[in-house]
Amino acid sequence: MSFPSTHRIEPAARSYTLAEMIVAAAAREVRDGELVFVGMRLPLLAFLVAQKTHAPGAIGIFENGVIRERPPATMLYTMGDPANVRGAALCGEMLDTMGLLQQGRVHVGLLGAGEADRFGNLNSLWGERHGQSRRLPGAGGACDIACLARRTVVMIPHERERLRVRVGHLTSPGYGEGEDWRRREGLPANSGPSAVVTTLGVLRFGLDGEARLSSIHPGVSVEDVLANTGWTLRVADELIETPAPNEDELAAIRELDPEGFWTR
Amino acid sequence: MNVPSKLMTMQQAMERHVQDGAMVLMCAQLEQNVPFAAGHELIRQRRKDLTLVAPISDMLFDQMIGAGCASRVMAAWVGNASAGAGYCFQRAVEEGKPRRVEVVDYSNMTLALALHAGAMGVPFLPTYATLGSDLLKKNGNLREFSSPVSEEKLIAVRALRPDAAIVHVQRADEYGNAHLWGSLGVAVDGARASRKVIVVAEEIVDAAVIASDPNRTLIPGFLVAGVVHEPWGAHPSPVQGYYGRDHETFSEYHDRSRRAEDFEAWLFERVLEAADRREYLRRIGDERTEKLTVKEHALSAPADFGD
Repeated sequence: MSFPSTHRIEPAARSYTLAEMIVAAAAREVRDGELVFVGMRLPLLAFLVAQKTHAPGAIGIFENGVIRERPPATMLYTMGDPANVRGAALCGEMLDTMGLLQQGRVHVGLLGAGEADRFGNLNSLWGERHGQSRRLPGAGGACDIACLARRTVVMIPHERERLRVRVGHLTSPGYGEGEDWRRREGLPANSGPSAVVTTLGVLRFGLDGEARLSSIHPGVSVEDVLANTGWTLRVADELIETPAPNEDELAAIRELDPEGFWTR
Repeated sequence: MNVPSKLMTMQQAMERHVQDGAMVLMCAQLEQNVPFAAGHELIRQRRKDLTLVAPISDMLFDQMIGAGCASRVMAAWVGNASAGAGYCFQRAVEEGKPRRVEVVDYSNMTLALALHAGAMGVPFLPTYATLGSDLLKKNGNLREFSSPVSEEKLIAVRALRPDAAIVHVQRADEYGNAHLWGSLGVAVDGARASRKVIVVAEEIVDAAVIASDPNRTLIPGFLVAGVVHEPWGAHPSPVQGYYGRDHETFSEYHDRSRRAEDFEAWLFERVLEAADRREYLRRIGDERTEKLTVKEHALSAPADFGD
C-alpha cells in the first residue's frame, strides 16, 4: 500500500517509512496471548509483526477459517496464501472463526478502512477521492469484526478525505453517534474501537465514544494532524509521542515484507 | 449400484448447468481455489444477467462484470485481494459500463449465514453482526427482529439458495465425491445450499481414494451435477498442495483493467481468444506454471479408518 504524500512530513534522517510506522504502532495494540481477528493487507502484516516481537503467544484467526499460532514461513499477500495454511493450528470454515468472534472470545480485531469518523465508524463502501465518489470493494469481514470484537484497531492513512466528521456510509460501526449508541443498537457490551492508528498518530476513544489524539508519530506536529483531519479533533491531555519503530519491529517487518510490497 | 459418471468438459458443464439469469456461487474458498476456468468459460459463452454470489471475490467477479455477464452481485467484497480495487466493478457500479450492476452488500458473516441457512433448510438464521450498520439498512435480506427467547435485538439473515455452486477442489471421483482442503471459507455450506453443484477438480481419482478418507469428503457426489477435470483451473489463485498464488498476474491485471479499453484487450487475449484452459495455459507459459508448481510437498499423516 502506498500512501499519497498529501502530508509533507519528512522527519529528518528517518530510517523507516510511514507504512512501517503505522504497522509497528498497530502491532503494539496486540497483547501477548490474545485471540486476534486479522484483516487483510497492512493489518495482516501488523499482526505478524506482533507475533514475531512482543506477542509470540497471540493467536491469529482469519475469515477463511484458518487459525494460526505461529507466523508463516514466507511473506503473505493474502490470508489464503498456501503458507498461511501450512502449519496452521486449524483450518475450518468461515462460520467457525466468525462463531468464535460472535461468542465474544476475540480480544482484538485489526482492520483497514476507506474512511473513519470521529466516533470510530468506518466506511468501506464509497469513498471521496479528489471530489469524486468512488465505489470501494466493500466491508468484507470488517463489519462483523467491528460489531463483535472486544476491541477493534483500525489502520488508515491520515488524510482529510479519509478522516471525516461523519462517514458517508456506516459499514462498520464504531461508537455511532457517541455515548451509549452501541448498547441502544443492540451491539455486545464491552466491544468497539479502541484505537485508530494513522500515518500521523494514534486516536483513542473516551467514554463518550469520541476520538482523541492520544499520540503523535515522531516528527509530526499537532497542527499537522489537525490540518489533515476532517473535524476539530480533540487532543488528549496527556499527548505522547509514538515511539519510533524499534530494531526488532523493523527487522520483523523487513523479514515479512522483504521487497517492501506493503511498506515502501 | 450403478452410478453413471458425471465427467464432462467445462464447456458442457457451463452450457448445461448455468443458464442466463442464474444465481451462481463462486469464490467460496475466498482467495484459494477461485474457479477462474469456469468463470472464463461463462464469459466465452456470453452468459448474461447472472447474480454472482461470494463472500469475497479475488478478481474473478471483476472480470465477469467487465465482460458484461452479471446484473447483480451479492457479496461482502469485490476487488483484487493483493492489489486493491476492482476497476470493472467500479465502472459498472459508478457508470453502468458495460452494464449496470446492482450490488447487494453483505458482510462476510451474514453471507456465510445466508448460505448456512440455505444448507440447513431454514428461512433465516440470527446474528448480532451488522447491527447499527448501513448494510442492515440497505440489504433487504437482513432484517431486525426481537429475540423470542431473550430480551434483545437480532438480525435475521434470509437464506440463500443459489441455482448453482461452482467449487474448485483438489481431487474428486467421476461421481462428484470431492476432497478439498486448505482455505474452506463457505464452500461446504455453499455446495449444500445450492440447487446444483459443479465440481472442478485438479485431479480425478479412483472412487476408492475418496472413500479412504470420508472426513475429507466435504461434497458428496449425490449433490453434484457435473464433474470437470481441469488442472490449473484456479490459476492465478492458489490450490493448496498443487500450485501457489501467481501474485504477478494479480498485479498485472490491476494495471490492465484500470482503463476500459485496456481491459477489453486483456479480455480478448486471455479469455475470448483462448478457446479453452489448455490454450490459456499455453499463453501463460511453461516457465510460469513451473515456477508456481508446489515442489516441497507436506503430506499429512494418514488417518486410520480401520474397524
